[in-house]
Amino acid sequence: MNPAIEAPTIEYGTLAPLLVIFGAACIGVLVEAFAPRYLRKSIQVPLTLLSLAGAFALVLVQVLRGQVSTTASAMGAIAVDGPSLFIWGVILILSFVCVLLINDEGHFVASAASVPGSADEEEAERHDNGTGHTEVYPLVLFAVGGMLLFPAAHDLLMMFVALEVMSLPLYLLCGLARRRRLLSQEASMKYFLLGAFSSAFFLYGTAMVYGFAGTVSLPGINQAMAAGNTLDPLLLIGFALLGVGLLFKIGAAPFQAWKPDVYQGAPTPITALMASGTLVAAVGAVLRVFWVGLGNLDWEWRPVIWGVAALTMIVGSILAITQTEIKRMLAYSSIAHTGFLLVGVMATYGSAQQNAESLKAILFYLAIYGIATVGAFAVLTLVRDPGGEAGHLSRWAGLGKRAPVLSGVFAFFLLAFAGIPLTSGFMGKYAIFSAALNSGTQPGDSIGGWMAGLVVVGVVASAVAAFFYVRVIVLMFFSEPAADGPAIAAPSMGTVAVIAVSLLVTVGVGLYPESVLGVANDAASSLFIR
Amino acid sequence: MESHIAEIVQHTGGVIGNSWLMIAFPLVGAFILLVFNRFTNRWGHLLGVAMSLASFVVAVLAFFELIGFGPEERRRAVHLFEFIPGMPGEPAMVDMGLLIDPLSISFALLITGVGSLIHIYSIGYMSHDEHRRRFFSYLNLFVAAMLLLVLADNYVGLFIGWEGVGLASYLLIGFWQFKPSAATAAKKAFVVNRVGDFGLLVGMFVIWTSFGTLAFKDLGAEVNGVQNGTTLAIGLLLLLGACGKSAQLPLQSWLLDAMEGPTPVSALIHAATMVTAGVYLVVRSGAFFFPEGSGAALAVSIVGAVTLLAGAIIGCAKDDIKKGLAGSTMSQIGYMMLGAGLGPAGYAFAIGHLITHGFFKANMFLGAGSVMHGMNDEVDMRKYGALRKFMPITFVTFFIGYLAIIGFPLLSGYFTKDGIIETAVHHQPILGWLAVLGAGITGFYMSRMVFMTFFGEKRWADDAHPHESPLVMTVPLMVLSLGSLGLGAYLVLNGTLYRFLSPAVGGDPAAAPEFHFVTTPGLATLALVAVGAAFAWMRYGRAEVPAVQPRGSFLTTFARRDLYGDALNESLFMRPGQWLTRLAVFFDNRGIDGIVNGLAAGIGGSSGRLRRIQTGFARTYALSIFIGAALLTGALLLVGNI
Repeated sequence: MNPAIEAPTIEYGTLAPLLVIFGAACIGVLVEAFAPRYLRKSIQVPLTLLSLAGAFALVLVQVLRGQVSTTASAMGAIAVDGPSLFIWGVILILSFVCVLLINDEGHFVASAASVPGSADEEEAERHDNGTGHTEVYPLVLFAVGGMLLFPAAHDLLMMFVALEVMSLPLYLLCGLARRRRLLSQEASMKYFLLGAFSSAFFLYGTAMVYGFAGTVSLPGINQAMAAGNTLDPLLLIGFALLGVGLLFKIGAAPFQAWKPDVYQGAPTPITALMASGTLVAAVGAVLRVFWVGLGNLDWEWRPVIWGVAALTMIVGSILAITQTEIKRMLAYSSIAHTGFLLVGVMATYGSAQQNAESLKAILFYLAIYGIATVGAFAVLTLVRDPGGEAGHLSRWAGLGKRAPVLSGVFAFFLLAFAGIPLTSGFMGKYAIFSAALNSGTQPGDSIGGWMAGLVVVGVVASAVAAFFYVRVIVLMFFSEPAADGPAIAAPSMGTVAVIAVSLLVTVGVGLYPESVLGVANDAASSLFIR
Repeated sequence: MESHIAEIVQHTGGVIGNSWLMIAFPLVGAFILLVFNRFTNRWGHLLGVAMSLASFVVAVLAFFELIGFGPEERRRAVHLFEFIPGMPGEPAMVDMGLLIDPLSISFALLITGVGSLIHIYSIGYMSHDEHRRRFFSYLNLFVAAMLLLVLADNYVGLFIGWEGVGLASYLLIGFWQFKPSAATAAKKAFVVNRVGDFGLLVGMFVIWTSFGTLAFKDLGAEVNGVQNGTTLAIGLLLLLGACGKSAQLPLQSWLLDAMEGPTPVSALIHAATMVTAGVYLVVRSGAFFFPEGSGAALAVSIVGAVTLLAGAIIGCAKDDIKKGLAGSTMSQIGYMMLGAGLGPAGYAFAIGHLITHGFFKANMFLGAGSVMHGMNDEVDMRKYGALRKFMPITFVTFFIGYLAIIGFPLLSGYFTKDGIIETAVHHQPILGWLAVLGAGITGFYMSRMVFMTFFGEKRWADDAHPHESPLVMTVPLMVLSLGSLGLGAYLVLNGTLYRFLSPAVGGDPAAAPEFHFVTTPGLATLALVAVGAAFAWMRYGRAEVPAVQPRGSFLTTFARRDLYGDALNESLFMRPGQWLTRLAVFFDNRGIDGIVNGLAAGIGGSSGRLRRIQTGFARTYALSIFIGAALLTGALLLVGNI
């Protein structure tokens, strides 16, 4: 006699945002299969935007009704708690504006399967009139779905599935650039190979941790640690390998090597999506694994993450100095910012109150960094050479004289990255560093002094980083323009909207940080479901 | 000693409740004139005058409303807004409000009254200047700042006004900045005042940390008459601030150079009002930090006595009519400071002298301006002479001011200065007799000025055609000379001013000091003044005045060079300061820049080296991930097993 299998309970209301995104993605695939080519884009774009907006509305409904669940959903597989909802909201806003960028013509190849430079490619382009693959839209939706699931996953297996759902579409999307296709395909290939490599680490780590705890559920692991020997090599090795998988995704040193190559090769709207949405999702997952799953192991992992955070900040800001390609420079900048976020991840010792403080700082930082990043990449798409975007920094010389508004906006985003007061970036850095210092002064924190040290490293790295941001500003405004300088493309409505919204948020939050800090605080005060 | 200071009453409504208008009118005037710039060129000066007059009207109305209250209720506080908010849930650290009491309203009347007259006079005086509109905007700015200084009910507001008048003074001294001497003089005034301002600022810091409040109404209870090292330190720091603003030793050097500004500025700011701010500060803080008999109060008196002599000696040797008057201003403020250090009995005479001095000194400065106006802006008295026939109104009014300042019996200065001298002889005999000596010297140098300018032979330049000034300039002179004539008697006889001020500054209203006409120091003063005037007549009235400055004795050179004050400052502060600057620049170039550039080069170099790791090969990246994973695992096992 087989025992009766009980039907799993699924909280459809709570999980509705996820379901909407995945459902829309599936419909998108069907559209690709059955709708005629000339109709596809006019169906896909509204479908994508509406589903993202709808999912955001559903998140909003949960928050406004005050029904943030306190237990994990879907048989303990997904935790839709305050931080999850905040991260979901941020990811949905970021992907919405990224889709507006994707919607612009000329970013995506007409036929990805054609060999670059061949007659097939020409043939495909002739029929395409700039639209490119409309498969991009369902792929983006699947990636966004993965991003939503990743930080909310409550057990390691669900997290692994989310990781793959998020990553696989991104690998593909990276290879779809219309210009410089070989570079794009190379980026896609590298990202896939290295991503698969790191996924293997993550999976292997999951297996080892299961070997120790007998469960893949994060709170279960934590309880097992409380009961058992936390020095079990099985646990430590398993955890280290898990960490490798996660740190690869956020691009922390020494696992950062893929970032510049991939950011440079990918179509710029996809780069924007990766630099904002993926980073937000991955940091959310890191927080969940480290704070929930390994809450009782913090004495062991914090010194290690200390080293990783310091190394990441140093490598990111120092290597950015000698970059000559603007997207690569922003990639290294993203690595440095990952390091700053890791400082916040470190700041966890002490009471739950303390955790809420650090969590608030991290959530705030994610939101404002994400939106400024999308804005900066949106500006990049407008500065064009005959062969595509003007990537080399020398091409940006004197741009301030030819396009003062655009250059001014870009300069403002750079200042926000550098963390100059009156921009949102300043408040972000301030929140993270002060949370770290506060946590270091908690009674009984054995590495309290080290926290201060890390903050010093962070401040020095910020100073180094300010150099290369300001260098671009100097280049734009105080250099003679190149004779055959890049053309400024007439921006579409969507791109204008993206830049305007990003600028407004960056300025607004810089002046009134309480607006976003308050929301982040509400989200953080409910903490993670444990 | 029992304090007779009245409690401060909260006030709303009426003219006093709206007394912020006093500050707002000239502030708006300055704003309009500065912002709308040359569009206001044609009528800007009229707006400036109107704003100053409006402020004067408010002050007069507020004064009458104030004397409608009983003496014990004449300290009215008006709350304006929360200036520096406190921690959440706590009251504001600093509330901004105005304090209308007998002391502040006296100042407000003087500032707006004399200020308005000088505004009117400036219409004529500056009529040929193409930047007249800018001049009036600065004058309005000054009036607003000065009113804030005296009306604020806390030290922070006072300080903002204090800095505001400093700014206006700087702008106006350097008004003709195309002249290098004016630009330098403005800078000098600013720098020297900075020293004093730091004293005031640090004093405020100490007050805040010691007593937790900067409001006048709370300080009385907090200090509670206790005198110790802290209050002495605060007193001396505030005195330093007062010395800077009021050109008292050792911070006197800027005032003589400040005469580079247009003459109405010298009259308003550097004679009648701003330079008396130090006296106001001392009297306002008197009950807290300068009580009768305290060390700080003695220091105030000593500074006053020394300065009154120094100013008088400098005044003896100046041939520049405005510099002579500037020395005299120093000296007269010295008298006020001397009185301000003597407790409530001295306050009334000090403030009285401040008010009468405001009239007769403004009177004489404007008279000097009128003379210059008629003499092609000549300031050297050796090129004047016999002007009484050509400028009768200027001469008569100037002469009244002259009689007032030397203390000619029954004129304004006689009552107030003699009051200070008598009180001083009573309380601090040595200082008192020094003041008597100073009065004698005053008799000499002021007579010298009058004789050189209005009497004797013509010593004019060839192209000089002296003429009387227009009515717009002489009418203010007439009004001011009326004040020089009778104001002193009105304020001092019967103790009017003493009783009026006593609720604000302490002092028993029942024990108003009687003014005695026949006293030893009084007679001695009169005798010395007569001797001084007679000596001046012999040297400069009867005898011929050489048109070129004679070499003079050692003493004359000493006085001409401002008692070597500038030489002292230059050798003690300026040269070492310049060396310090050079050293800092050297250190910055070699040391700090070296470190910074080296660091930058090091970071750039390591960036160049590190970037070779980024080979572009996926296999290298995978290897780095693998090594990273190994390191991470190793580190965790290591940390776990420590």
